[in-house]
Amino acid sequence: MKAEIFSKDTISIIYGYHVNAVQRMLDFDFACGREKPSVCAIVNPGSEGWHKAFFGYGEILIPIYRDFASAAENHPQADVMINFASFRSAFDSTMEALNHPNIKTVAVIAEGVPERHARIIAATAKKLDKMVIGPATVGGIKAGCFKIANTAGTYENIVESKLHMPGSVGFVSKSGGLSNECYNIIARNTDGLYEGIAIGGDAYPGSTLLDHILRYEAIPQVKMIVALGEIGGTEELKIVEALKSKKIKKPLVIWVTGTCSKMFPAGVQFGHAGAKAGSELETADAKNKALKEAGAVVPDSFDDYGLKIKETYEKLLKKGIIKPALNVPAPSLPMDFNQALKEGKIRKATTFISTISNEKKEELEYRNIPISKVIEKEMGIGGVIGLLWFKRELPDYARKFLETAIILTADHGPAVSGAHNAIVASRAGKDIISSLVSGLLTIGPRFGGAIDGAAQEFKRAYEQGLSPEQFIKEMKNKGSPIPGIGHRVKSVTNPDMRVTQIKAFCKKHFKKTTLLDYALEVEKLTTAKKGNLILNVDGCIGICFVDMLNSCGFPKKEIEDIVGLGCLNALFVVARSIGIFGHIFDQKRLKQPLYRTPYDEIAYMTDL
Amino acid sequence: MAQKGIREYDGKKILFDGLAQYIPSFKGRSKKLALIRPDTDLKKLLKENRWLEKEKLVVKPDQLFGKRGKHGLICLNADWKMAQKWISERMNKTVTVGKTTGELRDFLIEPFTPHKEDEEYYVAIRSYREHDTIYLSDKGGIYVEENWERVKETNVSVLSSIEDININMPELGERKPAVEDFVRALYKVYVKGHFTYLEINPFTFSGSDIVPLDLVAKVDDTASFLCSKIWGDIEFPSSFGQRYSKEELFIRSLDEKTGASLKLTILNPDGRIWNMVAGGGASVIYADTVCDIGYSKELANYGEYSGDPSMEDTYQYAKTILDLMTRKIDPRGKILIIGGGIANFTDVAKTFKGIIKALREYKEKLIQHKVKIFVRRGGPNYKEGLESMRKLGETLGVPIEVYGPETHMTAVVSMALKENQNSKKMAKSGGRK
Repeated sequence: MKAEIFSKDTISIIYGYHVNAVQRMLDFDFACGREKPSVCAIVNPGSEGWHKAFFGYGEILIPIYRDFASAAENHPQADVMINFASFRSAFDSTMEALNHPNIKTVAVIAEGVPERHARIIAATAKKLDKMVIGPATVGGIKAGCFKIANTAGTYENIVESKLHMPGSVGFVSKSGGLSNECYNIIARNTDGLYEGIAIGGDAYPGSTLLDHILRYEAIPQVKMIVALGEIGGTEELKIVEALKSKKIKKPLVIWVTGTCSKMFPAGVQFGHAGAKAGSELETADAKNKALKEAGAVVPDSFDDYGLKIKETYEKLLKKGIIKPALNVPAPSLPMDFNQALKEGKIRKATTFISTISNEKKEELEYRNIPISKVIEKEMGIGGVIGLLWFKRELPDYARKFLETAIILTADHGPAVSGAHNAIVASRAGKDIISSLVSGLLTIGPRFGGAIDGAAQEFKRAYEQGLSPEQFIKEMKNKGSPIPGIGHRVKSVTNPDMRVTQIKAFCKKHFKKTTLLDYALEVEKLTTAKKGNLILNVDGCIGICFVDMLNSCGFPKKEIEDIVGLGCLNALFVVARSIGIFGHIFDQKRLKQPLYRTPYDEIAYMTDL
Repeated sequence: MAQKGIREYDGKKILFDGLAQYIPSFKGRSKKLALIRPDTDLKKLLKENRWLEKEKLVVKPDQLFGKRGKHGLICLNADWKMAQKWISERMNKTVTVGKTTGELRDFLIEPFTPHKEDEEYYVAIRSYREHDTIYLSDKGGIYVEENWERVKETNVSVLSSIEDININMPELGERKPAVEDFVRALYKVYVKGHFTYLEINPFTFSGSDIVPLDLVAKVDDTASFLCSKIWGDIEFPSSFGQRYSKEELFIRSLDEKTGASLKLTILNPDGRIWNMVAGGGASVIYADTVCDIGYSKELANYGEYSGDPSMEDTYQYAKTILDLMTRKIDPRGKILIIGGGIANFTDVAKTFKGIIKALREYKEKLIQHKVKIFVRRGGPNYKEGLESMRKLGETLGVPIEVYGPETHMTAVVSMALKENQNSKKMAKSGGRK
């Protein structure tokens, strides 16, 4: 194992789709002035694609692979794998990476990796001469070069702890959480960190405190070593041996935490899995004492840890062993849009406005009514249309009227053009949305348009003050039939029951039925000419709709808008969709084959 | 999240079932084990375990402590009636074993195997970083320690298979091959069942069959996702004599429910110094520092929260601690240290929101108990978090001192405890830029 495991060119593969960790690594790259991003690929078992991330001021795309093997194959320059796999799958994915020739270092983040798995990982790494950091760690950082995942936290912290430029101190700890604290202490008391590793709090970390201390011993730029040990295990005693046998010659400042354990009842498990003294030798007091006797700089408590680091550093400075580099300020990182917005530092014009519904409230709201209230008040489909289309709470009769209109126009048999088209499309094997739409697309001036037309024409005529006679004459002169008048079979003597019912309902509930009364006057004249020129169901709905709006007290301008926007057409589309879906399901259930118009339906006259 | 001791009852069940795959005489033996607890329905137990009435029995407490023979806590060669009587005389009784006092609540019953003292053997397996070590001796039972030089050790390295290892065997005469087969099988069960420690002292022979008599075992509970079949319905009992308070159990249940980590041990409910510290590493250092300064007797609790807990989690956690520390008035007042290092990814503002909510709720009690609060923290959104603490200090009615990364992590401890010149100087030196 070479002493240096990371450089300014180190490139890694991230196992697990951890967006924030990736971004923090790339931001660190930016702080260090790296030319190439330190992340080249993400492995996200089960899916692939691209991940877009910021790299300094611009954006880059990072490929996402289904499996580690393809990521490693496509990115032979990557020699680090950062493993975010859970405790369940961390073992297999770590072993796969270790056994890959390209990979030299694996960082395992997961907590709760079984001890035997961790021991196999550690033994395999040793056999293959590779480095494992973790499990149960945040990782590590080489100042100015490379950062593992979430190590050292925010950009602000990285800059404050001078981690974007290398100093002279090699650091190693068990705890990942404390490593960040220690980078801060080192930055405040020395020329800064050279490299820091958190080996993880488990009983069997892949690499040990001593492994890293010996690496730092072999790296010429590291002038002093700082370490933080922990109660439990005999790891620190190996450091004592290494000190005694002069394997560690550089100044070592070390503190073993857990001195309080003597005050505790036996069996208290501290925050880390490995933090439990099995014997007197494994207590923090015993280890601190042994380290001090072997020549390490050991403070009296964590309180003067910083002080001891400072003293040791200043001695080296005096001797001329350390020549601190000039402070290079880190570039300021462009603030993330969302962060800036959160802090109220920027504002932005919106692109869209919505006034009818809001899903960002505690509960979904239609207009300004929570959805639970909509249900509680039994507002029904009519009420929902009122809220979402007209932005009003409609009175009972208006809701009822809208629902009646939907019921009456939901279907008109399979032969009409809408249903027919949908049936043909459905039989061609198209999906339900395509079939529905091919039916709906026939709705217009000739099919289904009478409701809208009747409302518009009758409203116009009435408002212009045309007498029924004048209106009929005007339409005749234009050469167009009056929309909403006339039926194929129904007549004065054989009235359409649907129309009779709507009329009765409106007369009973609406405050006024001005337009309906006007239409009935027109009908009187047309039926006098021909028995089937009655006010048909489409016309009746359209005209009564205008009366409904008036009865509800909508201002004139708003009624104009509602009718002009085509709300009546929309009402027909909503209603008829119910029927069209019925026909589509009917055809699909009946497994009807592709429809082809029979020859005898078509007059072939190409030779004319 | 670590090595856990298991009951002899569970250990033997796992062992016998595992051994049965390699040694025929172990088949069915796991059925001849019974555990009696205060709520055990004896009639039902007997119905399911007819052997209890047919065989001679051994009865002993099964609560993770040893040296039961020395304390007269073993009943040999009993029949079912005698066994029941022996248990009922001891159930829920307090006994002292070594330095620990606790209640007897769990008893193991198994068939009695008559044997001679010179036929007791010893085997243990212990795990180390690079290998497991098998300890084997022909002198087992109470004599193993004084004859430790007779114990033969065999190391099995983590990456090798037991089949390729020569086992260092003691003198066992004609029983040597049987013991060797037993040890190999035992090792396989040890590995498969993610044991971290196993000691059978002693095992003996009944005819040509090996019979493990007393067993001590620990397993690695992080392997439970791999071992649910092998372990069955296993429980991890707390060590003998240890009782958890309602509050400790509550925090445990929170810890199990969330992805974050929440821990609480009450050391001295009348203590004046309460810690509410973020991070597994930092929490130990805060407790250390209290003790190092000489206030260990005043330290009320050990605990930590970490792993980006939700606002609700920290609220519940803080409430539990505030409730505990405002029960008994101490005229000298109390100290609450809301400490922590510089977090890597835990959102400080978010976790503080939960703590602040709890502090507000306990406003009156905090005033009544003369609580002084010291805060020190860094990490994502720490400025926002510290600012809200400062603002809270203006209205809470008890003093809150708030510090960030510019102040040495544990400096607040000395500030809180030592109102002398020395500590102030120390805090400053840690805080120098």
